[in-house]
Amino acid sequence: MEKINDIMTVFWRDWIVLKHRLTAFIISRMIAPMLYMVAFGWGLGRSIETIPGVSYLDFLVPGILALNSMNISFNSVTPVHAERVYHKSLEEYIVAPIWPPAYVIGKMLAAVLRGLISSLIIVALAFAFGAHVTTSLWFWLVVVVNCGIFAGIGFLASMYLSTYEKMGQINTYVLLPMSFLCGTFFSTRTMPDFLRLVIEALPLTHTSVTLRAISLGQPFEYVSVAILVVYLAVVTVWGCRAFNSLRK
Amino acid sequence: MIELRNIVKRYNHKGPDGKNAIKTAVNGLSLTIEKGEIFGLLGPNGAGKTTTVRMLTTLTQPSEGEILYDGIPLKGNEGILKRKIGVVPQNLNFDQDLTAGENLELHARLYHLPKEKREKRIKELLDFVELEDVINDSVRKLSGGMKRRLLIARGLIHEPDVLFMDEPTVALDPQVRRRIWELIRQMARKGTTVLLTTHYIEEAAALCDRVAIMKKGSIIELDTPQGFIDHYGHYMAEWEGANGTACRFFSAKEEAEAFVETMTIKANVRPATLEDVFVEITGRREGLDK
Repeated sequence: MEKINDIMTVFWRDWIVLKHRLTAFIISRMIAPMLYMVAFGWGLGRSIETIPGVSYLDFLVPGILALNSMNISFNSVTPVHAERVYHKSLEEYIVAPIWPPAYVIGKMLAAVLRGLISSLIIVALAFAFGAHVTTSLWFWLVVVVNCGIFAGIGFLASMYLSTYEKMGQINTYVLLPMSFLCGTFFSTRTMPDFLRLVIEALPLTHTSVTLRAISLGQPFEYVSVAILVVYLAVVTVWGCRAFNSLRK
Repeated sequence: MIELRNIVKRYNHKGPDGKNAIKTAVNGLSLTIEKGEIFGLLGPNGAGKTTTVRMLTTLTQPSEGEILYDGIPLKGNEGILKRKIGVVPQNLNFDQDLTAGENLELHARLYHLPKEKREKRIKELLDFVELEDVINDSVRKLSGGMKRRLLIARGLIHEPDVLFMDEPTVALDPQVRRRIWELIRQMARKGTTVLLTTHYIEEAAALCDRVAIMKKGSIIELDTPQGFIDHYGHYMAEWEGANGTACRFFSAKEEAEAFVETMTIKANVRPATLEDVFVEITGRREGLDK
């Protein structure tokens, strides 16, 4: 019970911060998805047919949702870097008698919450733009797992990277390529074989493809969900070990 | 009671030649601090004071040796012993996104205080450090002195048996410093053991029951502030020598004056202070200037 309380304490801190800025958070989360839907959905998308009988906007929305939840959850956790390196406020948690994994799990859960809020905003916007999006329990489960994975990756970056500039490089070298290549804007089947193998090993590809299948009412691969769960388990365990190693 | 048994802390670092090297920050430190004592760690920069406090507060682990709280080894019992420890760090390491009250509440939650007790303690402590009016203000808006007092309140919220204070009054004006000294004395009167590190010698002299002087990772002298003066001399003759200010300790004023009379250059006689003893022991005045 105390472990759950510890997780909720860490979560509570992030919830309080989110509550202070909830309106600004919601408004800012609407900008990028709206631009994607206008530019790629209405603009460029009118002349694109990816799947016969499916509008490009319907194809696009699950991809936007996948990449947006990735970005939001990653960036929700990156302030931990400043707490560790600059403000040293992370030391308060290290000194406190909490269950060490509670810090990692609490931070990841808070990032998942932010990712879910921004995903709900995208679904609402998609309806407003006239897209057809079908959601289900599996759909939201995949969104949660995707948020957890990238929150975990953000946490690991915060633990290991020494400067703010290096944190920015993760965005440039990891998140940005994934945003464009992992089945978000177009199908990975159009990629050359060697590149497709790499892309299909990445978590965002499994998220995009699974969300799209569910959204379009098609069957999805349970293997993809299993792969995402494995990714989540790996980054969570690794994050806990990284947090513990701070004391050494 | 806190016991440190032959504590060693080594770090990897880059040597002057750019190659990996090992630095010993704390070297065979043994020490016992009694319950309810105000104990001071003094030393020039790099003496190992902060590293010692970091090991005592579980922020880093010793490379060798053992730390015991009331006879219980810290290693392997962190979960229980952390509840007894309060920390007032040198850095103003508040959560910048929270208010003063929320920072205290976060700390209280981290130490598992039940809801009713949390609210009561937050009120009590903000009253104790005279910050009741800023409970809903962002910590970013507080002055340096307010932040220091809030740090003390935060460190005390779970009623620790032992409070570690790393440079608690650094960069504060004399009025605020004296207010914080009074807070520290009040805590000690309530039975809290206080270990503080400081660059301010007069702070150690005014507050501490005992003082250890550290240099290069080891304790080189340990005594009460008065014990140091008794040992080194109550008076000192001071004069400008070829290599800067020179001095000599004497146990009696008459001895010092008799010595000065034999000198061909101008010299002063004055009561010795703990700072004089510190400079004599460490041989480094620059450590005091920070």
